[in-house]
Amino acid sequence: MAKSSFQVARLPGFSTVALLAFLALYVPILTLVVYSFNSETTMGNWGEFSWKWYERAWDNQAVKDATLRSLIIASFAAVFSTALATMAALGTTRRRSFKGQTFIYVMINQPLMVPEIVTAVALMILFGLIKTITGVHGLGYLILAHTAFCIPFAYLPIRARLEGMDLTLETAAADLYASPWATFRRVTLPILMPGVIAGLMLAFVVSLDDVVITEFVKSAGQDTLPTYMLGQMRRQLTPEINAISTGLLVITVVLLTAFFLLTRKKD
Amino acid sequence: MSPAEEAQIKQSARNGWLLSLPAIVVLTIAASGPLLIILLYSFLEGGTHGNVVWSFSTEGWSSILWTKDIFTDSYVWADAHLAIFWRSVKLSLMTTLITFVVGFPTAWFIATRPPKARAFWLFLITIPFWTNLLIRTYAINEVIRVEGVLNLALMQLGIIAEPLRLIYTDTAIFIGMAYVYLPLMVLPLFAAIDRFDMRLLEASYDLYASRWHILRKVILPIVKPGIIAGSILVFVPSLGAYVTPRVLGGGKQMMIGNLIELQFGQGKNWPLGAALSLTLLLIVTVALLYYVRVANGEKKHG
Repeated sequence: MAKSSFQVARLPGFSTVALLAFLALYVPILTLVVYSFNSETTMGNWGEFSWKWYERAWDNQAVKDATLRSLIIASFAAVFSTALATMAALGTTRRRSFKGQTFIYVMINQPLMVPEIVTAVALMILFGLIKTITGVHGLGYLILAHTAFCIPFAYLPIRARLEGMDLTLETAAADLYASPWATFRRVTLPILMPGVIAGLMLAFVVSLDDVVITEFVKSAGQDTLPTYMLGQMRRQLTPEINAISTGLLVITVVLLTAFFLLTRKKD
Repeated sequence: MSPAEEAQIKQSARNGWLLSLPAIVVLTIAASGPLLIILLYSFLEGGTHGNVVWSFSTEGWSSILWTKDIFTDSYVWADAHLAIFWRSVKLSLMTTLITFVVGFPTAWFIATRPPKARAFWLFLITIPFWTNLLIRTYAINEVIRVEGVLNLALMQLGIIAEPLRLIYTDTAIFIGMAYVYLPLMVLPLFAAIDRFDMRLLEASYDLYASRWHILRKVILPIVKPGIIAGSILVFVPSLGAYVTPRVLGGGKQMMIGNLIELQFGQGKNWPLGAALSLTLLLIVTVALLYYVRVANGEKKHG
């Protein structure tokens, strides 16, 4: 039965287009990775396999600073947004729908709907005013901005986990005279944990990848890795950018693989 | 309903609000609230060195369409702005169309694999989806620029004698956007096709429908919500694209996002930048409302 449905589902040419699409998706990325190992500067010129551009990126103080800054911002933003998203997910699932729930949904998903450039400009103006009035600069602005747009990404897997949860477990705990807090800590939270970790990782990746909002919000000398790269692309293109990109790519793939393994356990 | 039950429901709603409140506060401060500042700035007078002067003016809005000719003191159409709007809409629609034409067979292919293989192909779509947009744009740059691999390959094969000058053209932006937004089209299409009952195909074949007929009359109407979701997910970020046109358009072939940035940078016309931002937001909102209407309509029928 299953076999026959695969026969029926065959549409002529679809598989060819699909395989070409996968090829088109991966050829540019692989090109970028391969040329990060080219000892020569130009693409027409393949010298030999070398780690030269990785070493150069490693020795580049601006790259080091930007990387550290990216990691600090992403860590804070991931932890804050996941904490907020976990609370919001607990607040909006597993209870009778209440007045204002739609409003909460819209607010949480708002960063996904408004074009990034618009939020970026708005934050630049607002934070610019605050900076002038208070004279306070620092990474706080970037962390706050990142926390906000990471919330919907952290919220998604946590909510999915909560909705798939067996309510009877909590009832059982309550029947055994566990206090609400004990029930939450000993029953709800452990079951929720894979969702929370998944949310944490998504938020981290999203923060690490951000270009537009960071580009507008940052003060001078607050480049993150992506904004540093964007600045470099305006000048000249050397395989150093390929090396940095490949590094970021590896982080993304590792986190995503972990995410997939984590969320697959569920079934 | 007993008073006790009523009290419990009230309590539950209060807890729901209290738990969501911290997230709402942060989002109000750093996402929704600041949009009001743009609204305010769009009605202020521009300062000569950027920023604004605190007096009311509609110049920001009117200069989207008209520019004042300083010699004759008359208003002329802002051709440059209109050209950029037109380019943005045209490229975004083209991107949506091509990602659908390529993405639909791709999503269909993934959805009709056996479960284990399906997870693998899905993972292959997800990696580019989560990879930094800037990196993917740069990857396209590596392929299509004058000394890029595409030109190298074509010249090596003797197909062309001179390198193609694709980079810094509308075509380059189009290729780049189609590339970076393709996964956004495939994922919702996959979700819709995944729910599609393949037995409907058997039934259609039994009734002697042709493949083309089945595609048009059975498959497409049923997966329509997925098509609309994918189209919105591609169209909205395409219209507001900033990174891709900047890297592949080289600053000359601007889209709305770049025009907005220009007003806050060298253009030194913040009210115009604010008005342009709100115009972009307005177009996106209309597209999203259309989506909500159609999606709700589908729910009622299905």
